[in-house]
Amino acid sequence: MAQEILKSLKAALWFMFLTFPIMVIKVNTVYKTIEWRWMNMIFIGVGIFVGSFIWRWLLNRKDRPVAKKDFVPVSTRVQAYLAENPMAKRALQGVLLAALLCFPIFMDAYQINIFTVALMYIVLGLGLNIVVGLAGLLDLGYVAFYAVGAYTYALLNTTFGLSFWLVLPIGGALAAIFGILLGFPVLRLRGDYLAIVTLGFGEIIRLVLENWNDFSHGPSGIAGIDKPDFFGLELNLNQMTDAIYYMMVAFTIITIFFVGRLQNSRIGRAWLALREDEIACQAMGVGRTRTKLMAFALGATWAGLMGVVFAAKTTFINPASFTFLESAIILSIVVLGGMGSIPGVILGALIMILLPEYMRSFSEYRMIVFGGAMVLMMVFRPQGLVSNFRRKYSFHGVDERLGG
Amino acid sequence: MENILEVKGLTMDFGGLRAVDSVDLYVKPKEIVALIGPNGAGKTTFFNCVTGIYTPTKGDILVSSNNGSAVRINGFKPNRVTERGLGRTFQNIRLFPNMTVLENVMIGKHCRLSAKIFGALFRDKKTRAEELKAAQECYTILEKLGLEKACDELASNLPYGDQRKLEIARALATEPKMLLLDEPAAGMNPQETVELTHLIRRIRDTEQIAILLIEHDMKLVMNLSERIYVMDHGQKIADGTPMEIRNNPEVIKAYLGEDIDA
Amino acid sequence: MDYFLELFLGGLTRGSIYALIALGYTMVYGIVQLINFAHGEIYMIGAFTALIIASVLTILGLNSIAILVIATAAAIVYSSAYGYTVEKIAYKPLRNAPRLSPLISAIGMSIFLQNYVLLAQTSDFLPFPRLIPEFAFMEPVSHIFSSAELVIVSTTMIVMVLLTLFIKFTNIGKAMRATAQDKTMALLIGIDVDRVISVTFIIGSSLAALGGVLIANHIGQINFYIGFIAGIKAFTAAVLGGIGSIPGAVLGALILGWTESFATGYVSSDYEDVFAFALLVLILIFRPAGLLGKAETKKV
Repeated sequence: MAQEILKSLKAALWFMFLTFPIMVIKVNTVYKTIEWRWMNMIFIGVGIFVGSFIWRWLLNRKDRPVAKKDFVPVSTRVQAYLAENPMAKRALQGVLLAALLCFPIFMDAYQINIFTVALMYIVLGLGLNIVVGLAGLLDLGYVAFYAVGAYTYALLNTTFGLSFWLVLPIGGALAAIFGILLGFPVLRLRGDYLAIVTLGFGEIIRLVLENWNDFSHGPSGIAGIDKPDFFGLELNLNQMTDAIYYMMVAFTIITIFFVGRLQNSRIGRAWLALREDEIACQAMGVGRTRTKLMAFALGATWAGLMGVVFAAKTTFINPASFTFLESAIILSIVVLGGMGSIPGVILGALIMILLPEYMRSFSEYRMIVFGGAMVLMMVFRPQGLVSNFRRKYSFHGVDERLGG
Repeated sequence: MENILEVKGLTMDFGGLRAVDSVDLYVKPKEIVALIGPNGAGKTTFFNCVTGIYTPTKGDILVSSNNGSAVRINGFKPNRVTERGLGRTFQNIRLFPNMTVLENVMIGKHCRLSAKIFGALFRDKKTRAEELKAAQECYTILEKLGLEKACDELASNLPYGDQRKLEIARALATEPKMLLLDEPAAGMNPQETVELTHLIRRIRDTEQIAILLIEHDMKLVMNLSERIYVMDHGQKIADGTPMEIRNNPEVIKAYLGEDIDA
Repeated sequence: MDYFLELFLGGLTRGSIYALIALGYTMVYGIVQLINFAHGEIYMIGAFTALIIASVLTILGLNSIAILVIATAAAIVYSSAYGYTVEKIAYKPLRNAPRLSPLISAIGMSIFLQNYVLLAQTSDFLPFPRLIPEFAFMEPVSHIFSSAELVIVSTTMIVMVLLTLFIKFTNIGKAMRATAQDKTMALLIGIDVDRVISVTFIIGSSLAALGGVLIANHIGQINFYIGFIAGIKAFTAAVLGGIGSIPGAVLGALILGWTESFATGYVSSDYEDVFAFALLVLILIFRPAGLLGKAETKKV
C-alpha cells in the first residue's frame, strides 16, 4: 500500500512539474503582468494523486484474463435479451418512437432544435460507422462529404432556386461520387495512411471553399438558403422547427433500418471480414477495392444527405462549419459509442451532443473531454460503451431470422 | 486443357532474391498432389503466386475454365483467382477471429452470391432466398467437417485443430475446382493427422475436386498423394509417385544435407 | 533573380522547420509504426513554454541572449516531458492493440492537448518576442534572408548532423536501429525496448520544441492551433521522404518547403496549405513508400 501511495505521489509531482508553465503562469503580454495561478497546481496534484490510483486499478482490471472471459457486459446482455424476445424489442421500439413523436408537444423550440441536431449527429455517426465501424477504414475527412452536400443545396438553391426535396438526392449522389473519386486511388493504402489522406482531402475541400470566392463566396459563406418545403404548407417558425424535427426522426429511423440491414447482408459480412484480415478476405474471393469503395461511397452518401439537411435547417453555411474538428466529433461519437454497434452510435451521439448542451457551464470543456475520452476509451474499453452484438444463426428457425 | 492447373516456368524474385525459379507443375482433375521440400524452399511463395497474392516475375499459370479452355491467371487479384475455382488455406491460420464460425464460411460463399447494395437495403425476395440458401449450404459444409455444433461460436474460440478445419471449410465454400492446402497438418498431433488424412481424401471423393497440398508430415504426404513435387532453393528438384520420390537420391540429399551420402 | 533567391531561401527556412518536426514523426514511426498525431501539439507546447518563460524573463529584465537560451532550454525540457508522458499514457498500453487503436488514441490526445492549452492559456494569438538578434554581417542580404532565417537553417543543419552521429555511433542509437528493424528480436537480445521507445519520443519532442521556438520567433505569434497544420505538413514531409527514414524526412521537408514557397510566390498565396495537402495525397497515392523509403512487402 505504501508503495502504491508512493507511485501516486510520484505521478502527482511529475504532473505538477509538467503543467507548471502552462497551468500556473499566465502572462499578459500587453500590460507586461504575470498572473501566478498556484491553485491550479494544487488541483493538478490532488487530481493526479487520486487519478493515478484509478488508472492503475483500471489497467490491472483490464489485464486480468479471467474477468475478460466470463464477464458479459450489461450492454451485451441487454442486446441478447432483446434479440431473443422480439416482443420486448417491439415494445421498446414502440415506447421510444412514441417518446420521440410526442417530444415536441412538451418541449419548447430551443429543446426541439437541440434534439434535431442530436438526431443529425446520430445519422452522421451511423454513416461514418459504416466506414469506420463496419469496414474498418479510418476516415478523418468525413466532414468533406457533409460539406459537399451542404454546398450542393446552398448553391443550387440560391442560384437556381431548386427545392430541398429535389436537391436531397442530388447532394447524396454527389457526395457518393466524391467518395468514389477519392476512394478509388486511396483505398488500397494501409489503414493509417488512409486516415491521413482522408484528413488531407477534408482539409483541401475546406480550404478550396474558403478561397474560391467566385464559387463558394469564401469565408463569408452563403446566406438566405431556403428552409425545406413541406407539401407547400405555410409554416411559421415554430411549426418549421417541429417539421424539421419530425423529418429528422423519419430520417434517423430509415438510417437505423438501412444500416442494420447492411450490417447483416452479404456486403456487411464482407466489410467485417475485410476489417479482420484483408489478405485472407481477398483470398476467399472478396474484391477488396470494390467492397471498400462501397463502404466509402455509402458513408459519404449519408454525410451528403445530412449536409443538405444542415444547409436547409440553418439557412446559412460557411466553411467554418466543416473543419477537422467536426470530423473528429463524429469520429468520437462512433468510437465512444462502440464501433460497429448501432445502439452504441446512438448513445454516443446523445452523450456527445446533449451533454454539453445541457451542462452549459461545462460546454467549454467539451472538446478536452472528447479528446480525453477518446484516449481513455482506446486504453480501457476499445469496443466502446456498447459492444457490437453478433447475430447468431439458429438453424431450426433460420427462415424467420433471415426473413425478419 | 485436360489439366485443372498448369504452371510453366514460374519464377518469383524479391529484390535480388529468387524465391521460386522456373517451376513447372500440373494437377489433373480429382488428383491429390503434394508439394514438399525443406523450409525456405519456396513452397508457400509458389502458392502465393498461384493464388494471386504475389504477381510472379515470369512464367504462366493456366487454369482450365468451365468450357475447357485454358485461362492465364498471372497477375489476377486473389479474389479473381478464387472465382476461377482455386480455394486455399493458410499456413499460419488466417480466420476472421471475431466473426462466428458460420460467418467465416459464408465469406467463402461471397463470390458465388450476387446480392448488391439494393438487395441489402431492401432485402427483396431474391436476396432473402439467396442468403438463406447460402447459410444452409455453409451449414452443410460445416456438418461435413464436423463443426456444425460450433457454428455460432467466434472463430477465435475454437480449438486449434478445429480452426484448421474451419479454414478448409471456408475454402470449400468458395466452390473450388481445386483446393490448395498450406500445411494443413501443422501443429496437429498424430491422431489428428490421421483424421485429417481421411478428411482430405473424403473431401476429394465427395466433392470431386483436385487437391494440391504443402506438407511436412511425410506420413500424411505418402499416404495421401498420388503424385509429389519436391522443391529446394526455389527449384523443382523432382516429381513423381510417392514410391519414386522415396527413392530419389536428389530428394534425400535435399532433406538430409549435402555431406551425408545416401 | 532576387525574387527567385528569396523564395528559394524562404523555402529552405520553411523546410528546415518542417524537417525538425518531421524527424519526430519519422523516428517514432520507424520504431513503433505509429503516426504520432499528437506530435504537432508537442511542438505547439514547446512554442508556448518558450513564450511563457521568455515573457516572464523579459518582465524580470534579463538580456535577450540569456532569455533565448533559457526559454529554448525550457521548451526542450517541457516538450520532451510531454512527449514522454503522452507515450506512457496514450500509446504504451496499446502496444499490442489493433493498428487503428493507437491512432485514434493519438487523435484524442491531440484534441486534448490543444484544448488544454486553449483553456489554460488563451485562444488568441500571442505575440512572440523576437529573441534572435539581427547580425551586422547579415545587413547586405537581410532583404532576402534575415538573421533569424540564418539561425533556423544553421541550427537545423547542426541538429541533423548531431542526430545522425547519435544514431550511428551511440549505444542507444544502435538499440534504436535494432528496435526499428525487429522489436521482438531486439527484446530477445536484451534491449530494453520500453526505454528505447521513451528515448525516441524524447528526442523527437526535443527537436519539435526547437522547431517551435525557431518558427515562433520567425513568425512572431502563436496560438493553440499552430500544431495541427504544422503537424500535418511535417507528416507530409516525412511521408514524402519515406517514413522511417531520417535523411528522407529532411529531404521531404526541404522539397515541401520549396514547393510551398515557390507555389505561393509564383501561383497564389491563397492556396498555401492546399499545395501541401495535395502533395500529401499525391505521394500517398503514387508512391506510399516515399522517395527514400523501402516498399513494404506484405507477409503472408
